[in-house]
Amino acid sequence: MTRHIRHAALFCVLLLAALLVNAARVQVLRADAYGADPANRRDTITRYQQPRGDILVAGRPVTGSRDTGEHLRYERTYRDGPLYAPVTGFASQEYGTTLLEHTEDGLLSGADPVLAPLPLWNEFTRSRNAGGKVMTTIDPAAQRAAYEGLRSRKGAVAAVEPSTGRVLALVSVPSYDPGLLSGNGRTAREAWARLNADPDRPMLNRAVQRTYPPGSTFKVVTAAAALDAGVVDDLDEPTDSPDPYTLPGTTTRLTNGARGCADASLREAFVQSCNTVFAKLGVTTGVARMRAMAHGFGFNDGDLRIPFRVARSTFDTTVDRSQLALSSIGQYNTRATPLQMAMVAAAVASGGQVREPYLVERTTRAGGGTVSAAGARPVRRAMHPATAMRMRELMRGVVEDGTGKKAAIPGTVVGGKTGTAQHGLGNSGTPYAWFISWAQREEDMEPRVAVAVVVEDAANRREISGGGTAAPIARAVMEAVLKP
Amino acid sequence: MSKAGITLETVDPPAAPTVRLPRRRGIELALIVLAVLLSVYGYCAVGLARNGTVPPGAAGYGAGLGVLALVAHLAVRWRAPHADPLPLPIGVLLNGLGLVLIYRLDLEAPGDPAAPTQLVWSTLGVALFTVVVLVLRDHRVLQRYTYLCVTVALVLLTVPILFPAVNGARIWIRVAGFSIQPGEFAKVLLAVFFAAYLAANRGALTYAGRRVWCLQLPTGRVLGPIVAVWLVSVGVLVLERDLGTSLLFFGLFVVLLYVATGRTGWIAVGLLLASLGAAAVGRLEPHVHGRIETWLHPFASIEAGEGPNQLAQSLFAFAEGGILGTGLGLGHSVLIGFAVKSDFILATAGEELGLAGLSAIFLLYGLLVERGYRAGLALRDPFGRLLAVGLASIVALQVFVIAGGVTGLIPLTGMAMPFLAQGGSSVVTNWTIVALLVRLSDRARRQGGGGDIR
Repeated sequence: MTRHIRHAALFCVLLLAALLVNAARVQVLRADAYGADPANRRDTITRYQQPRGDILVAGRPVTGSRDTGEHLRYERTYRDGPLYAPVTGFASQEYGTTLLEHTEDGLLSGADPVLAPLPLWNEFTRSRNAGGKVMTTIDPAAQRAAYEGLRSRKGAVAAVEPSTGRVLALVSVPSYDPGLLSGNGRTAREAWARLNADPDRPMLNRAVQRTYPPGSTFKVVTAAAALDAGVVDDLDEPTDSPDPYTLPGTTTRLTNGARGCADASLREAFVQSCNTVFAKLGVTTGVARMRAMAHGFGFNDGDLRIPFRVARSTFDTTVDRSQLALSSIGQYNTRATPLQMAMVAAAVASGGQVREPYLVERTTRAGGGTVSAAGARPVRRAMHPATAMRMRELMRGVVEDGTGKKAAIPGTVVGGKTGTAQHGLGNSGTPYAWFISWAQREEDMEPRVAVAVVVEDAANRREISGGGTAAPIARAVMEAVLKP
Repeated sequence: MSKAGITLETVDPPAAPTVRLPRRRGIELALIVLAVLLSVYGYCAVGLARNGTVPPGAAGYGAGLGVLALVAHLAVRWRAPHADPLPLPIGVLLNGLGLVLIYRLDLEAPGDPAAPTQLVWSTLGVALFTVVVLVLRDHRVLQRYTYLCVTVALVLLTVPILFPAVNGARIWIRVAGFSIQPGEFAKVLLAVFFAAYLAANRGALTYAGRRVWCLQLPTGRVLGPIVAVWLVSVGVLVLERDLGTSLLFFGLFVVLLYVATGRTGWIAVGLLLASLGAAAVGRLEPHVHGRIETWLHPFASIEAGEGPNQLAQSLFAFAEGGILGTGLGLGHSVLIGFAVKSDFILATAGEELGLAGLSAIFLLYGLLVERGYRAGLALRDPFGRLLAVGLASIVALQVFVIAGGVTGLIPLTGMAMPFLAQGGSSVVTNWTIVALLVRLSDRARRQGGGGDIR
């Protein structure tokens, strides 16, 4: 019997060995795979176990965290959610994160190793640091002015500080309250379904994620290209342009909304926004130089991040002459985000330099220690400083006695350009009203703000024009920035 | 173990040689103190991890566990002074750890505390331990109650059929707010019956009967009753959908039959029958079929968009624990759901104590089983030997079936982890098992000579 008891004992040893080996398999060999399984909610639970760090505008948090006492404990809250949604994005337990909440997620959630006091310390303790803070460059007054200005319309505003590239305002209307999506309950799911089904697409960040045909505002690029290349030397010299202008190689005749465009000087043509003059000017300047100038401003750059990605603005370079003519007046395949057009205005305002725009001024630990600060941004020269000087003159003319009079601010130098962009099949859509501008107080050394406004709809087609609809919004934003 | 054991096993020695063996009660006491301190430490660790403070009940909890352990120790000291010093401290440590884990899981759902009830049952278990050690002076007395044991066991197994099913298994009876799992008690009774019957009929089973092919079959008269009992138990349990316990009874039966007769053929026949039965049940019974499907594809429910099932959650918990664990109170095994305090308690141990802690727990069980086998080897009467082996095998099989189930080694069959899991009947039963092992080891060491347990 003894021998058989020993055999039975050996059997028990085998069972024990099997358990130990299998436990080691699950807990060591397969641990990473199981840990990374999307159905494993541990990461999510850890992430929401502590309050998320805040996003600040002018030193005040526009976000917060609410202790729900639930399994996923802290939920994101938003102050002025719809106003700042194009900046913050949302941080949802159910639907993930977007925009700043997304790009700065590691810092805000506390997972970023740079927050750890010592390297590898968190690996050892399995702990997570308190979420850091993100200070934005947004000017709350400008942001609100843009939002109020657009109110009940559809459109977007982007404003930057030309000398630095700081993004001062980023507004998209209609907007939404990201706080609705914070949780993981029924209300969040309903809000998600409703927002996604909304034909107005409130969650679309029109200021950076959508491109529009820039229409006449693109004439700034065309004029700069022509001046930089020496195609035009004197702003007041007649340009020898017909009205109407027959597109090269076609029988299509391009006309103008304004009068007096035939053979107009560049100054007059710019102020009156003559399509014919700029279409011909673009063709004369040629696709290579047009492309170089557009590229200098930031077109065709798919890598722009502020830190979230900005949609690529396009200037088609595989065009024939008639397409180039249309491209030069901001039609055909030319498309731009509002932020891109704000960069165009900013480049003119800052002597031809293009500063890469950015939205995060500084990130800090929960305690306040700086993690990173916006360093020197890459600077690109889009045009010769002398060209920039003349472009400023042209743009000032638009505000002083052209189509952009509604953007004028007393005691302030303002330059602008209106645009009315056709779109839709056979230009059937309500045209987009554009206005881009910059402003400089007389006592200041350089312009303080460059703005782009696009309005997608207006009460009726006639009212639509950059000067009438978009310029007052731009003025309100500029005033908000310049207010002492 | 010397060869002499074999010649001694059927005959009681004329007189035990008067060798003074070390009693080792001091070691037992020291180990008990260590076990209680470890449990209190775990309790404090949970409180510190969760609230940053030592839980208010820590002292009372430690004192309660300490008093229980001390009472048990005194009973052993008085009535089983030669007993193996390990089983009792192991029981105390595992029970204390179980209380810590249940208390820790109670914190996740404060409305439904299970630890106080478990403490009451543990007290009852230790009380029964004490009673068994005090009252049962010689294990051979149990042999007289062979048929009472089997009758009571069968009644206990059958009764739950009259009660409604809980979570798919019909194994509970509810009396006055307490739910009892009578099948748990039947384990010990059946072990006694198997041991007694096999001990009494060893010769007939081994040598009598016809020879078929190369297998010597015992006569139907001898084999009949025991096979009937086994078939009834397993059949009833299948009806009740208590897969774990039916597996346990099957294993127990085969192990004891093998040890009693020494015939490998029995194992072959047992395995063959078991495979046939398992294949039939797995094919026909949807509940069992589902368990096997889950075992083969633990993440199928995730792919089907239904979220992780209990087994998947359990695997996630073990994986999260890694080698050193997240620390007591810092895991998320509560995601497993309703069975987290009972069948899946090991997942909490795996997550919060890691592979290191889990291995330690397995080795504690292993040690307990080993002490049981050692007592079986040292004893001289076949009944005692078979009983010790049977009881130790019950612990081993229980641990393997449930631990293998929650770690995905074998299909999951609901059963309580001895001492660790929430479940009154289980705690009481396992304390009884430990009491019997203490009694058997006392006897074994008292015999002296070849009966010494090193």
